[in-house]
Amino acid sequence: MSNSEKKKEPRGRVFIVRERCKGCGFCIEFCPTKVLAFEEGYNDKGYHPPMVAKPEACSGCNLCGLYCPDFAIHGLRVRPVEAQEADHATC
Amino acid sequence: MNEERNPVEAFLRMDRMPHIWCPGCGIGVVVNCFVRAVLEAKIDPDKLAVVSGIGCTGRIAGYIKLDSFHTTHGRAIPFATGLKMARPDLTVVVLSGDGDLVAIGGNHFIHAARRNVDIKVFCVNNFTYAMTGGQVAPTSPVHSLATTAPYGVFEEPFNLPYLADSTGAVYVARWTTYHVRQLSRAMNEALQKPGFSFIDIIAPCPTIFLRRNRLGDGLDTMRFYKENSRLENGADTRNVGLGLKGPIVVGKFVDRQRPTLGECMDQEYRAALGDKYVPYTTGA
Amino acid sequence: MPHADPKAVLTGRHFLDGDHACSEGAIAAGCRVAFGYPITPSTEVVERLSQRLPQVGGFFIQMEDEIASSIAIQGAAWGGARVLTASSGPGMSLMMEHIGLAAMTETPCVFVNVQRAGPSTGLPTMTAQADIMQARWGSHGDYEVIALSPWSPQECFELTIKAFNLAERYRVPTLLMMDETVGHMVEKVEIPPAESIEIEPRRYTRLPPSEYLPYQPGPDLVPDMAPVGKGYRFHVTGLTHDERGYPVMTAEAQGKLIPRLVRKILDNANKICITDEHSLEDAEVVLVSFGITARIALYAVEAARRAGIRVGLLRPVTIWPFPEKRLREVLGRARAVVVPELNLGQLALEVERIVAGKVPVIRLNHAGGAVIDPEEILRTVKECGR
Repeated sequence: MSNSEKKKEPRGRVFIVRERCKGCGFCIEFCPTKVLAFEEGYNDKGYHPPMVAKPEACSGCNLCGLYCPDFAIHGLRVRPVEAQEADHATC
Repeated sequence: MNEERNPVEAFLRMDRMPHIWCPGCGIGVVVNCFVRAVLEAKIDPDKLAVVSGIGCTGRIAGYIKLDSFHTTHGRAIPFATGLKMARPDLTVVVLSGDGDLVAIGGNHFIHAARRNVDIKVFCVNNFTYAMTGGQVAPTSPVHSLATTAPYGVFEEPFNLPYLADSTGAVYVARWTTYHVRQLSRAMNEALQKPGFSFIDIIAPCPTIFLRRNRLGDGLDTMRFYKENSRLENGADTRNVGLGLKGPIVVGKFVDRQRPTLGECMDQEYRAALGDKYVPYTTGA
Repeated sequence: MPHADPKAVLTGRHFLDGDHACSEGAIAAGCRVAFGYPITPSTEVVERLSQRLPQVGGFFIQMEDEIASSIAIQGAAWGGARVLTASSGPGMSLMMEHIGLAAMTETPCVFVNVQRAGPSTGLPTMTAQADIMQARWGSHGDYEVIALSPWSPQECFELTIKAFNLAERYRVPTLLMMDETVGHMVEKVEIPPAESIEIEPRRYTRLPPSEYLPYQPGPDLVPDMAPVGKGYRFHVTGLTHDERGYPVMTAEAQGKLIPRLVRKILDNANKICITDEHSLEDAEVVLVSFGITARIALYAVEAARRAGIRVGLLRPVTIWPFPEKRLREVLGRARAVVVPELNLGQLALEVERIVAGKVPVIRLNHAGGAVIDPEEILRTVKECGR
């Protein structure tokens, strides 16, 4: 078995549009599994967007998407066979 | 990849993004919940019309990609009444702010509820007239500060669920923008329920209300909602008034049946006119 | 051109007052949805509609006030209905914001004003013609409306149909300016067969949603509408907007939109303006009069002619846009213009502006509450004739 198959597969994946974010912090605060954290860097508007700090914890519940007032983030449930691809992709 | 695109974008006029709402403003959250409700209720978006009034919340009509009408201050409800009565096939939703709906729009609010016009009224309640800089609203908590009440609001505010309940609304709920799932579900229920349905949505206005009243930012307020909301489904609406310090009673308070305005009208005509009655049909 | 519904039109000879004739005109024009609020002397318009509409496939709902009525009709208009509301002075004042909204959003709708003496509560049951300038300027900002003035119940019937057709053709709120006298006088009204009553169809776009622009004007400066509920997903706003209907907060957008709303009516004035003329061919004294006052002025014309005075009557049937071109044409031979009106000088302002001092303009004013004495008009005409 490969290493990635032994690891716990994330059940979800988050997509972030960095440049839309206005740094309100809702997604980071209310993610139930604490997937997100503020980036060190800034976007063009001068805010710290979220980044995926713990991708393996994402369940794809899309609470982040529901909370975001700027439509800058959303999550999706990922089917197990695609979880391997998600593991290799940049989140 | 298709899935990388936020599903809410299908309902937004992306050529008008970014929107004007402030960081931490609750209105964008309300839009998300609304779109989720429309999708889950399986409402045909082509048969959905949004009517709004004037104010920050009123701008929703311009950003949402549906047949949408940005009308005059306080008058979204009578416009929606005309639209729904002329086109009973449409689902007509009014999305507007507290000042718009119950100050200048107050008279129209109570009559539409009384008549049970089949429209859904989702009130984004941030306790202020935000767009114009933060004047006092009929929902502003006592002692809160506003540009037109610089020494503190000295009027008793409306208890909106009570107002809706007492004037005849068939569905009355209150949620905050922290309660995204419950709010979405409530909107879903309201969308599918015939009659005047009302949701009081407590939302943060960080730039204007929160800042003037030193209540922190949007995140602080969302935490406040989380800590200080009290779920009381079926509560007596007389007891759900709000103060600056909480608690915020949330839940579904009223869910009852009454014939709608259209049904009442049809019944009365039928009874009086018999076979001389020619029911209204839309050209659509 | 489609025509009226024979099942709804009361073809035949009737005795009706102006208010009731107006209701029948609305039904003939295809109005099936009306909202309104009672106010003397207009109430009968909606009372008759409340009774007739459910028998012809329509309905009337009395709203909580005129403000609600004046916008409920616009919601219904966007839903595809042909709509009307009726009121008088104080109610018209309340409706002014929404007349502006209809002008800005280019919503076809008809507002009936059965004028009574004002200002404020005034003489609620008594006649006047003092809302002429309000019809034109009552809302804020620059815009144009069409306003028609009938002088008989027969004309109330006909001009109501005309008002609906003009509202559709030019996507503009159209006002029917009755006065209480015409509204409450009972006269013969001949209602023709439905097949002879032409109805201007709603100007819906033929373009698919992907190509349609809600406020892209045609060559006549009028944009096509889209039907609600058919996937067009269009936006309508009272904010200054561009061709997409999107609010644009710039002077440039303002400069593109507002002058077009004004020119949409003024540039088409030749097609819109209607006048009714009596004995003008050789007239040296021109009477300019409308509504009930024009009926009285006609008496003066006939009596003066018998006395050898060359007088004629130019009756603007369209008050707005004012038939400027026609007035200039008939001025050629005139030595004086007399403007009798049931107000303290409103139409006269237009006449004076157009005449521009070429000949004297004599105002004959009356504050309202009664009609002008025909002998007074005759006396004034005779003095001019000398």
